[in-house]
Amino acid sequence: MGRTLAEKVWDDHVVRRAEGEPDLLYIDLHLLHEVTSPQAFDGLRLAGRPVRRTDLTIATEDHNTPTLDIDKPIADPVSRVQLETLRKNAEEFGVRIHSLGDVEQGVVHVVGPQLGLTQPGMTVVCGDSHTSTHGAFGALAFGIGTSQVEHVLATQTLPLAPFKTMAITVEGELPEGVTAKDLILAVIAKIGTGGGQGYVLEYRGSAIRSLSMEARMTICNMSIEAGARAGMIAPDRTTFDYLQGRPHAPQGEDWDAAVAYWETLATDEDAVFDAEVFIDAAELTPFVTWGTNPGQGAPLGANVPDPADFADPQERIAAENALKYMGLEAGTPLREVKVDAVFVGSCTNGRIEDLRAAAAILDGRRIAEGVRMLVVPGSVRVALQAVEEGLDKVFTAAGAEWRHAGCSMCLGMNPDQLAPGERCASTSNRNFEGRQGKGGRTHLVSPQVAAATALVGRLAAPADLTDNVAVEV
Amino acid sequence: MEKFTTHTGRAVPLRRSNVDTDQIIPAHWLKKVTRSGFEDGLFEAWRKDESFVLNQPERKGATVLVAGPEFGTGSSREHAVWALQNYGFQAVISSRFADIFRGNSLKNGLLTVVLPQETVERLWALTEADPTAEITVDLEAREVRAEGVTAPFELDDNVRWRLLNGLDDISITLQNEGDIAAFEAKRPSYKPRTQPVA
Ligand code: SF4
Repeated sequence: MGRTLAEKVWDDHVVRRAEGEPDLLYIDLHLLHEVTSPQAFDGLRLAGRPVRRTDLTIATEDHNTPTLDIDKPIADPVSRVQLETLRKNAEEFGVRIHSLGDVEQGVVHVVGPQLGLTQPGMTVVCGDSHTSTHGAFGALAFGIGTSQVEHVLATQTLPLAPFKTMAITVEGELPEGVTAKDLILAVIAKIGTGGGQGYVLEYRGSAIRSLSMEARMTICNMSIEAGARAGMIAPDRTTFDYLQGRPHAPQGEDWDAAVAYWETLATDEDAVFDAEVFIDAAELTPFVTWGTNPGQGAPLGANVPDPADFADPQERIAAENALKYMGLEAGTPLREVKVDAVFVGSCTNGRIEDLRAAAAILDGRRIAEGVRMLVVPGSVRVALQAVEEGLDKVFTAAGAEWRHAGCSMCLGMNPDQLAPGERCASTSNRNFEGRQGKGGRTHLVSPQVAAATALVGRLAAPADLTDNVAVEV
Repeated sequence: MEKFTTHTGRAVPLRRSNVDTDQIIPAHWLKKVTRSGFEDGLFEAWRKDESFVLNQPERKGATVLVAGPEFGTGSSREHAVWALQNYGFQAVISSRFADIFRGNSLKNGLLTVVLPQETVERLWALTEADPTAEITVDLEAREVRAEGVTAPFELDDNVRWRLLNGLDDISITLQNEGDIAAFEAKRPSYKPRTQPVA
């Protein structure tokens, strides 16, 4: 019987298989950041162990880094200690690190792909759930806990329990103005935040094949929001073209050998998935969340749902609580929901294409009175590219704040936070209570919807905009 | 992880039940970035009371904690185990442990021994009357011994084997070092490296 993409990558990394034991898998790339690594390094130190493969390990600073005044000492002592600890550990153990101020610094899941370190058919891990991002290249990539981080540092392997496979097939063409973010939010709304539990998702079909690498990363990134272990997309010409010429991409004969291997990875015709989901791309529209988990989303044209309409009692209670927290009335058109803030950034939508998309909508316009808009590039490289294209000027001319690279308001571990009760249209991936600041209210949206919303002051899509003024609803 | 074969030491009798992990190590200690240095946080709130058993001079250097039932309930923080170990405890005896705490302790080489409550009472009486009394926790014989007490205990064979050999998860994986090295030797040269190998 044929095998799926995920099964092929798994099989190619089995170091040891024994009856009654989990497979021991080899890890090709280990990404580190400041939050989940300190105890792992300390464990190595206590046991007197080295990092087995420093040449397969790389660290960046992202979660705690400020996006303003980056040349000044970090004000928050806890953040400062975490960053300093990572720097000391990297030096002591010989791990390559990109610190604040370095040209390769940025959100770990933006940095790996842009360096060309993430490649098809690899196993990639990081002490961070959004490691699923790297699956866009046809890599098996997943988040791990701190004790597993230590395990990988010491052995470059992990004992892993088997997974199931789910195909998410999206056929057809995405309508104008509908993005990868809308697609993944619709997938999560469809299968639920636990729908992917125990599965590796494989996104396939003509709509997926026509997406750029950046859009594919957006989709795989949020697989974790459906509860999945990982998300993957088979590598193709788009993948190879993205990789060619990047600093760590293979070269010459190595490149040819690599491509020959990568081409074998696609799921076999006769392979069987444990579960299958079908989506018609033509039916998708811009999608936004109204609740406090990423599965609580609806088309922008819809109304805030009435909890009474949920058949499942758990879902009804969840919806009631969500509306209360979000300060929303059932039946209100989503387009009438006013926002205080807009955040463009994160490992979901902080890449250059995302910034271009937002800038194209803001160009020559001013954001609405009373709305604060933060644009935070996913990495320094993304920031430099944006500056080269003049996007930073577009943002500041429109009244948005152009910031330094990092996770920023995706989780508010640095000073970028919402005030209690503030409402934000955010291109990030989690709308949990308090995620962007205590009492803050988050609506997950695409960069296009984020930009249009900033202009109108209410949730809006680019199609709602007239020439240079905000439309009346 | 250090091997645990048999250990003999003085004891701290802790006559309290339902000692949760928040009492073992309060939440504000969790911001630390190390696995060491938690000894001062161990039972922090109770140690403010001078009469607390851990503060008594004759308990200094004790290595066996004899605790009440339901020890280690509450949050799953592994820091609770680190705090006990950092302080110098090698074994904890109780009639019942919370599952997650027990799992964490055995993973880290802190031997948690389950004995009937009557035996725990006898160990309390003995060590309260004579602070110099020693308790032996013999993992090879699966037996706890003290003056007038010989008590067998149960422990999963695999866990016991790991403790006797000082094997944590990483050590177990490293026993297959040959497999890992063989795999590495076959890895294609086109796979990326984050830096040139020295
Ligand atoms: S941008 Fe957000 S989701 Fe991504 S790694 Fe940073 S905190 Fe996590």
